[in-house]
Amino acid sequence: MAIDFTFTDEHEELRATLRAFLKEKSDEAAVREQMATERGYDPDVWEQMAGQMGLAGLIIPEEFGGAGYTYVELLVVMEEMGRSLLCAPYLGTAVLATNALLHCVDETTRKELLVGIAAGETIATVAHAESNGRWDLAGVEMRAEKGEGGFTLSGRKCWVLDGHTADVLLVVARHEAGLSLFRVDADATGLERTLVPSLDITRKLAQLDFNETPADLVSAGDQTDALQRVLALTVAALAAEQVGGAQMCLETATEYAKTRLQFGRPIGSYQAIKHKCADMLVEVEFAKSAAYAACFSAAGNEEDFLETAALAKAYCSEAYFHAAAENIQIHGGMGFTWELPVHLYFKRAKSSELFLGDAAYHRERLADLVGI
Amino acid sequence: MADHRSMSEDELRARTRALLDEAHPEQVEAIPFRQAQYDHGLAWVHFPEGYGGLNLSPKMNVIVQDEILEHSKISHGMPAASIIGIGMGAPVVLTYGTEEMKKSMLPKIFTGEEIWCQLFSEPSAGSDVAGLATSAVRDGDDWILNGQKVWTTVAHLSRWGMLLARTDPDVPKHDGLSYFVLDMQAPGVDVRPLYQITGEAEFNEVFMTDVRIPHDRMLGKEGQGWRVAITTLMNERVAIGGGGSKRKGGGTISQLLELWNDRNKNAHSAGQEALLRDRVTRSYIDQELLRLTAQRARVTQQAGNPGPEGSVAKLAQAEMMKRLWELAIDILGNDGLAYEAGYELRQQASGIDTTEGLAKYQFLRSRANSIEGGTSEIMRNILGERVLGLPGEPRVDKKIAWKEVARS
Ligand SMILES: Cc1cc2nc3c(=O)[nH]c(=O)nc-3n(C[C@H](O)[C@H](O)[C@H](O)COP(=O)(O)OP(=O)(O)OC[C@H]3O[C@@H](n4cnc5c(N)ncnc54)[C@H](O)[C@@H]3O)c2cc1C
Repeated sequence: MAIDFTFTDEHEELRATLRAFLKEKSDEAAVREQMATERGYDPDVWEQMAGQMGLAGLIIPEEFGGAGYTYVELLVVMEEMGRSLLCAPYLGTAVLATNALLHCVDETTRKELLVGIAAGETIATVAHAESNGRWDLAGVEMRAEKGEGGFTLSGRKCWVLDGHTADVLLVVARHEAGLSLFRVDADATGLERTLVPSLDITRKLAQLDFNETPADLVSAGDQTDALQRVLALTVAALAAEQVGGAQMCLETATEYAKTRLQFGRPIGSYQAIKHKCADMLVEVEFAKSAAYAACFSAAGNEEDFLETAALAKAYCSEAYFHAAAENIQIHGGMGFTWELPVHLYFKRAKSSELFLGDAAYHRERLADLVGI
Repeated sequence: MADHRSMSEDELRARTRALLDEAHPEQVEAIPFRQAQYDHGLAWVHFPEGYGGLNLSPKMNVIVQDEILEHSKISHGMPAASIIGIGMGAPVVLTYGTEEMKKSMLPKIFTGEEIWCQLFSEPSAGSDVAGLATSAVRDGDDWILNGQKVWTTVAHLSRWGMLLARTDPDVPKHDGLSYFVLDMQAPGVDVRPLYQITGEAEFNEVFMTDVRIPHDRMLGKEGQGWRVAITTLMNERVAIGGGGSKRKGGGTISQLLELWNDRNKNAHSAGQEALLRDRVTRSYIDQELLRLTAQRARVTQQAGNPGPEGSVAKLAQAEMMKRLWELAIDILGNDGLAYEAGYELRQQASGIDTTEGLAKYQFLRSRANSIEGGTSEIMRNILGERVLGLPGEPRVDKKIAWKEVARS
C-alpha cells in the first residue's frame, strides 16, 4: 500500500506545541546544563513532558494509561526532540522499552510497567548489546542461570540507553526457551551500573555488570522475531530524530551563510557554500522521505516495515552526519568551537549513526530483506 | 638566494655526522642539540649560511633528518609548539627582518626557546583576512595597536606574534595593511583561551588595548603588510600540507593500520569487513600519494618561498585526514560511542595514549583541518584562479576604501 504522508491539523498542532515547549525547556543553555550532569536530564522537565503532556505514554494504548497514538505522532515528537537535542531518557523508555513491553512480555508485566511509564513515574530501558561489538540479536551471548530461587544473570551489557538511571532494566538473554527478556530492578543485588563517558554527552549510555543478579523471566518462548521488530521500531524513531537534527543543521548553516560576510559579500553568495546548502537540502528531503516512510509504515503495520526501517536508518544516519559536518565547515572557525552548539549536533549525528548499527550494517540488512 | 651552493648528498651526510660527533641527541638535551644543529648550518639547509643554513636546495633538509635518525634513536625534532615559528616565523624574519632580528630571533625559533604565534584572523576577517580591522596608529617612533584577534594557536605560550594590522583605513583593503612582530609580553596584550570541539583550548582570543610597538618591529614597509602576509600564508600551507610521512606506511596511516589490525573481528559482518578493508586501502593510497607528492614537490621546489601550488597538498591532506579519522571510528564500531578522554575544558591536551583514544580525538580534531590555514573552499579558489588561471568571482571589495566594505 502506498504511504500517504499526510500530517493532519492535529499533527501540526502537536508539532507546534512541542516546538514551543522545547524552545523554552530545552534551549541551548538547558542542553548544556543537562549534558554536564551524570543523570543527563532535568527531572522537572521530564515530569512535565512525561506526565502532564503525556509524551512518555504517546504510543502506549489508552488501556494502560497512555495516549494511544501511533508512530505518526511519535515521528513528529522525535523530530522535534532531535532538533532541540533534548536531553531526556525518551528513546530508551518511551520507544525502546515501551515497544519491548508491547511486543515481547507477558500481560502482567506489560500492564504494570506501561502504566508506570505512561504516568512518567517509571523509566525503563532494554539491554541487549554486549562487549563483542555486535548489535544483531545473534550476538547476544548472555545466558540466564536457573537456580532454586529463580533466574540469575551474570556478565556485561553495553551501550544501554540511560542504563545508569533507569528504574527497570529489560535484559535480553538466552535460556532454554530461546532469546528471552528478563526484568531486573535497579537495586537488584550483584548489579553494577556505570555511566560511559560518551562521544555525544547529550545522550547517556551505561555499562551494566551482572553478577548472579536475580532476574525475572517476563517473556514466553523465543523472542528473536519480536525483538527484531522492537529494534526496527526503535531505529525508525531514531531516524525521525536524525531528520530533526539534520534539518536543524541545514537551517543553522543556511542562516549563517546569509548573514556572515567575507570579502564584502554573504558567504552564501559563493557557489561553494550555496551548493553545499543545496546538497544538504536534497539529502534532508530524502531523509524525511525515508524516516516518514518507516514511521508511517510502522503506524499502518505494513508488511514492508522491516525494510523501510533499515532503509531509513541507513540513509538518515549518513544524511545527518553529512549535514552536521557541513554545518561545521560552513561556520569556519566558529563551527569548531565549544561555544557554538554546532559540535553538539556533530557528535549526536555520529553517535546516532553508530547506535543500533551504522549505515553499512543497515544497508546489509536491507539487501538481505529485499533479496539483493 | 636562488642559486644555491652545490653540495653532494654524501658531503651533507658527512657534515651531519660531524655535528653528531660534537653533540649527540642521545647525550645532550634538545635545546643545546638544536643550537649546535643551527650553528652547523643544519637547521634549515636552504637558509643562508650564518642563519642556520648552508644555502642548499630545500629538498636536502630530509637528508639531515635521515642521517640523524640513522645514528640516533632520538632526533630532537621540532617541538610541537614551534610549528608556527619554524614553518612561518623563520621564513618571514629571514625575508623581511632586520639583521638584528635575524641574529637574535632565528636561533631561538629553531631551538624552541621562543614560541611564535600568528595574529592574523579576527572575528570578522577569517578567509578574508585582508579585511581585518585591528588598527595601528603612528605615534613618534611607535605604533599604537587596538583590536582583537581570534583563533590564535599557542598564543598562550608565545614570546612573539606575527601581527597584521591596518595602518590606513582609507585605501583599498590590501593597501592599508602593515606587518609587525609583536612582543606578546607587552602591556595591553590580553590572551584568553578559546575552547574547541574537544574541550581543549589550543587557540586563543588576543585582545590588544593601546599596545605600543616600536617602528623597527615592522616587517616590510608601511602599507606593504599584505605582501609579507602572503609569504607567511604560503609557508603556512606548506607547513600544514607538506606533511604526510617521510616513510612509506609511516605516520598517520600506521596509526590507522594499527587500529585495523587490532580491531574486534566479531564486530562486523564479513560483508562490512570487506567494505572497511577497501576504505582502509583507499586511505593507504591517499597517504602514500600525499607522501609521494610532497617528495616530488621537494625535487622541483626552488629555494625561496613557495607559491600557490602549496594549496594542492593542503587541500588534499585536509580532506583525506577527515575521511581517514571518520573511517577509524567506523572500524571501532560501537566503541566509537565512548569518548574516554572526556570534554573537561582545559588548556593542554589530556594524555591520549592509546591508538583508540588518539583516533577518537583525531576524529574531532581533524574537522579543523579544512578550516585552519585557509579553508578548503579558499584552497579551491586559489587553485582555480592562481594555478589554473580561471576567472575570479566579481569583486565588490577590491577597489574601494577598506572602511566602505560591508562587514558582518
Ligand atoms: C584549529 C584552528 C587554528 C587556527 N589557528 C590560527 C592562528 O594561529 N592564527 C590565525 O591568524 N588564524 C588561525 N585560525 C583561523 C583560520 O585561518 C580561519 O578560521 C580560516 O581562515 C577561516 O576563517 P573563518 O573562521 O572566519 O571562516 P569564514 O571565512 O567566515 O568562512 C566561513 C565559510 O565560508 C567559506 N568562504 C569564505 N569565503 C569564501 C569564498 N570567497 N568562496 C567560497 N567560500 C568561502 C569558508 O570556506 C567557510 O566554509 C585557526 C583556525 C582553526 C580552526
